[in-house]
Amino acid sequence: MSKAQPLPAIIIANDLLSGDVIFLGHDGWELAHHRAAVASDQSAADALLARAKVDVAANRVVDPYLAQVQIGGDGAPVPVHYRERMRTRGPTIRPDLGKQAGL
Amino acid sequence: MYRYDEFDHRFVRERVLEFRGQVERRLDGSLSDDEFRPLRLMNGLYLQLHAYMLRVAIPYGTLSSRQMRQLAMIADKWDKGYGHFTTRQNIQFNWPKLKDVPDILDALAEVEMHAIQTSGNCIRNVTADQFSGVAADEIEDPRPTAELLRQWSSLHPEFTFLPRKFKIAVTGAVHDRAAIKGHDIGLRVLKHPTTGEVGYEITVGGGLGRTPMIGKVIRDFLPKADLLPYLEAVMRVYNAEGRRDNKYKARVKILIHEAGIDEIRKAVEEEFAASNRAAIAADPKEVERISTYFAPPAYETLPDTSAVLDAAKAKDPELKRFIETNGFAHKVPGYVAITVSLKAIGAAPGDATSDQMRALADIADTYSLSELRVTHLQNIVLPYVKKDDVPALYAALKAHDLGTANVGLITDIVACPGMDYCALATARSIPIAQDIAKRFADPDRQQLIGELGIKISGCINACGHHHIGHIGILGLEKSGEESYQITLGGDATENAAIGERLGPGVTGDDVPDTIERIVDIYLAERQSGERFIDTYRRVGLDRFKGAIHAADA
Repeated sequence: MSKAQPLPAIIIANDLLSGDVIFLGHDGWELAHHRAAVASDQSAADALLARAKVDVAANRVVDPYLAQVQIGGDGAPVPVHYRERMRTRGPTIRPDLGKQAGL
Repeated sequence: MYRYDEFDHRFVRERVLEFRGQVERRLDGSLSDDEFRPLRLMNGLYLQLHAYMLRVAIPYGTLSSRQMRQLAMIADKWDKGYGHFTTRQNIQFNWPKLKDVPDILDALAEVEMHAIQTSGNCIRNVTADQFSGVAADEIEDPRPTAELLRQWSSLHPEFTFLPRKFKIAVTGAVHDRAAIKGHDIGLRVLKHPTTGEVGYEITVGGGLGRTPMIGKVIRDFLPKADLLPYLEAVMRVYNAEGRRDNKYKARVKILIHEAGIDEIRKAVEEEFAASNRAAIAADPKEVERISTYFAPPAYETLPDTSAVLDAAKAKDPELKRFIETNGFAHKVPGYVAITVSLKAIGAAPGDATSDQMRALADIADTYSLSELRVTHLQNIVLPYVKKDDVPALYAALKAHDLGTANVGLITDIVACPGMDYCALATARSIPIAQDIAKRFADPDRQQLIGELGIKISGCINACGHHHIGHIGILGLEKSGEESYQITLGGDATENAAIGERLGPGVTGDDVPDTIERIVDIYLAERQSGERFIDTYRRVGLDRFKGAIHAADA
């Protein structure tokens, strides 16, 4: 049996064509993590992952996984782990590159 | 420099065409991700933390100005205007799009470069001393050997699916500047003690990563003609006996460690004796053909001292510092090899902008016979500089922020990309390097401290070679935070040693203070003429433990 997913959680993946980090939203894949759909219980998390896997099979995305988040004061999800937080922004040493450049 | 022959050109072009087809089939869904992943890795294409990453081989670190210009063009056209030179004499582009990679590979093929075997369980880019062919302490230029190994190991059908990746380094000099004892196979050119014949000492089973080991001598003298048959025997024994059940125990170092070097030596010698050596050995004509590409260039006859340089040094203390720190003794009178530091204070170690790459190409055309070298310490070498030209060269470098005089000093820090880019990383490396460099930015203080190499890895895989840094720093995760373990006493040279752990990990913010305390202890203990590594060996680890304890207080 697999380990229980710490919740709440969002789905992070890469766009196959561009390699961009993307987040599964309510209406498809989003470049901004604050638009990610949040799973608050295990069945919602399983459903999100199942949706992501459909797009893996359809050759749109690669390497999707669930990442635990906290809900910030503005209601937007922020990953708990520093690794995933970096994925929402870009290299910490180059604020001119990655998602953070467009923020 | 080696130039591709017709076969090399065709082989690389065909390979690009093959990969173009594979990308097309991936995009139209004919190949699944599981099917495509090994194919892209065989062509040096990774998927990292923020984007794809393309790793391009620079065989034994030798690069022409034309190639450097093409790398700059690629950085501008398909990436974000910079590249990262690595500890394996490769360059990495951090932001390519999958759809563009076949075009990038075509652009590389135009200048006789590729990304083949920069990933996967095969023989990787063969690395060498960055001062090959010019070092005053050299017995023989190791690049013809490295090129022969490159040709032999490229798509060798027997060694394409090894138990694990395999790295070979070669030095032709007395002093090891290629860290050969940290490689799966290390080759050192030497003269036979009684006959004077030039041959190789072969070490096997070096490697860093989660189980660091120093290579052991498996053959103390190998005649040059036996190189390929002997290495093929080593590879066959490894391929047959190396573990495939556990990737963490699959490197040849584990096989040597578990079976013992004597047992493996015996197996290799048996394989070597039984093999059809004549069929495996390189054709002497081909060896000769390769060697001609590395013939010394047309040097001018010059006095060894340069009045121009001496007068300029007397007037400009910065120039004096630069040449004394970044200059390297050349075997030809009147010449010097110059290391260009890619470690300006506060810069990401090993990164060069496309403008800097073009400037380096222009400077190489003007002052270094159009040739450059990439070092495993993430710097660039101009190998053929006339001492008379050094003042003008220095001015040209400074204009592009390439005049930092810190080679071999505490701010000449090696760092892997770490978690700023790498999907495997457990912590960041580059900001740690930047913070330490800023702390020790004062050039006088750097000179006072003297030779001291800091190497930083952002995970246990040790791409930053932290185990063999005089001071090694390993970034890990501890309770959801980045934590840095410090080791002391590592050595990448002929006196190779694995660093010893100083104590518990410290936070990233505490690293510069901890390094400062280590340096203070060293300076307090240093005896006349000692480098950090000498003092460390004399006084031992315990004397330095207070550097960590003080951090806890």
